[in-house]
Amino acid sequence: MPAMDPVILFFVLGVVAGLARADLRLPGAIYEFVSTVLLLAIGLKGGVELARDTGGMPLTEFAVLVALGLALPLPVFAIARHVGRLSREDAASLAAHYGSVSVGTFAVVIGYLASRGIAYEARAPVWVVLLEVPAILVGILLARGVSGAVAWGRLAHELFLGRSIVLLVGGLAIGWVSGPDGTASIQPFFFGLFKGILALFLLEMGLIAASHLPALRRHGIFIIAFGIAMPLAAAVAGAMAGRLLGLSPGGMTVLATLAASASYIAAPAAIRTAVPEANPALSLTASLAVTFPFNIIVGIPLYERLAAYLHG
Amino acid sequence: MEKFNRQLLTIVTEAVLERELVAEFDALGVRGYTITDARGRGGRGTRRSDWVQDGNIRVEIVCEPALADRVAALLRDRYYDHYAMILFMQDVDVLRPDKF
Repeated sequence: MPAMDPVILFFVLGVVAGLARADLRLPGAIYEFVSTVLLLAIGLKGGVELARDTGGMPLTEFAVLVALGLALPLPVFAIARHVGRLSREDAASLAAHYGSVSVGTFAVVIGYLASRGIAYEARAPVWVVLLEVPAILVGILLARGVSGAVAWGRLAHELFLGRSIVLLVGGLAIGWVSGPDGTASIQPFFFGLFKGILALFLLEMGLIAASHLPALRRHGIFIIAFGIAMPLAAAVAGAMAGRLLGLSPGGMTVLATLAASASYIAAPAAIRTAVPEANPALSLTASLAVTFPFNIIVGIPLYERLAAYLHG
Repeated sequence: MEKFNRQLLTIVTEAVLERELVAEFDALGVRGYTITDARGRGGRGTRRSDWVQDGNIRVEIVCEPALADRVAALLRDRYYDHYAMILFMQDVDVLRPDKF
């Protein structure tokens, strides 16, 4: 097995420093900046690649991805309700978090594939955009019912004009319009520094994950078991969907990782205001302190092998 | 120097509520407010300011006592049950009563 990617070691450093209560704290503005650069870089890279080959996205792919986003929360809700014995609101919140995706995990998987020279579909950032929102809407419906009082207008504004979607879509558009030559002048910053920026991002994520680890004791064994088993099952579903769509092994790995990932930005913010009865710490702890570390350290190499196996 | 009495209403709550609260203030006719990022510890654990999901904000409003009461009552009824939120009021003196 090849040595662990150094960016992952930055995450480990963040966790260790956080647990040891070391004097280490990145200011909020740095986190915002770093995540903005990552989102723009991911979008730009996708856009530049799309400009290179003009092959668009098949409509079936669009439909399958949205269906995947709508379907993933349902088993999560059922398991959380019946196995975890969570309240309806907590189960729905967990469903929204695990059905939606984590852009941080996406950044790690594309870094992983790039460092191994494995190609994947250039339009992968579009998958992130398609998978982010549907599960959150399903989660809110599961908590509130169809007739429930939800400020859908404000919620739609918050979801569709959320930071990650605006920056990803904006980056894609700029990369696509400008093409490889047009973006040459900004490539050293966005592409050349990508891994360095990712390392800083993961350092901060490690600190944040460490701050949520103590909460694990309160939420018990279900959250730990769920936070590991759910991504494994979802990765299989994602990889199978990728196979159905005829994706490359790299693309299947990306889709499996996206399905396995759990949201910790868009879903918590939307659920906090739309389903205030749900305990925000429960879903966020599962997503941040269990599933995110599991995916980036253990999951992604597994999903790559799964994709290679299924691809045959 | 002539001084005029007003209320300073301070609210410490979750950062994710900022947009929603601002809409409530506008609807109630609050004419001005100051919002700062905050961190601290309370009934819902330690809240950090470096990450919006965990972060707090502190909102300060200087206004007529009746309006401060209306804002406080609305926040208590709508948010106290499910969100990390405290609020308190103090008498303050201002120099330009027409502003507050």
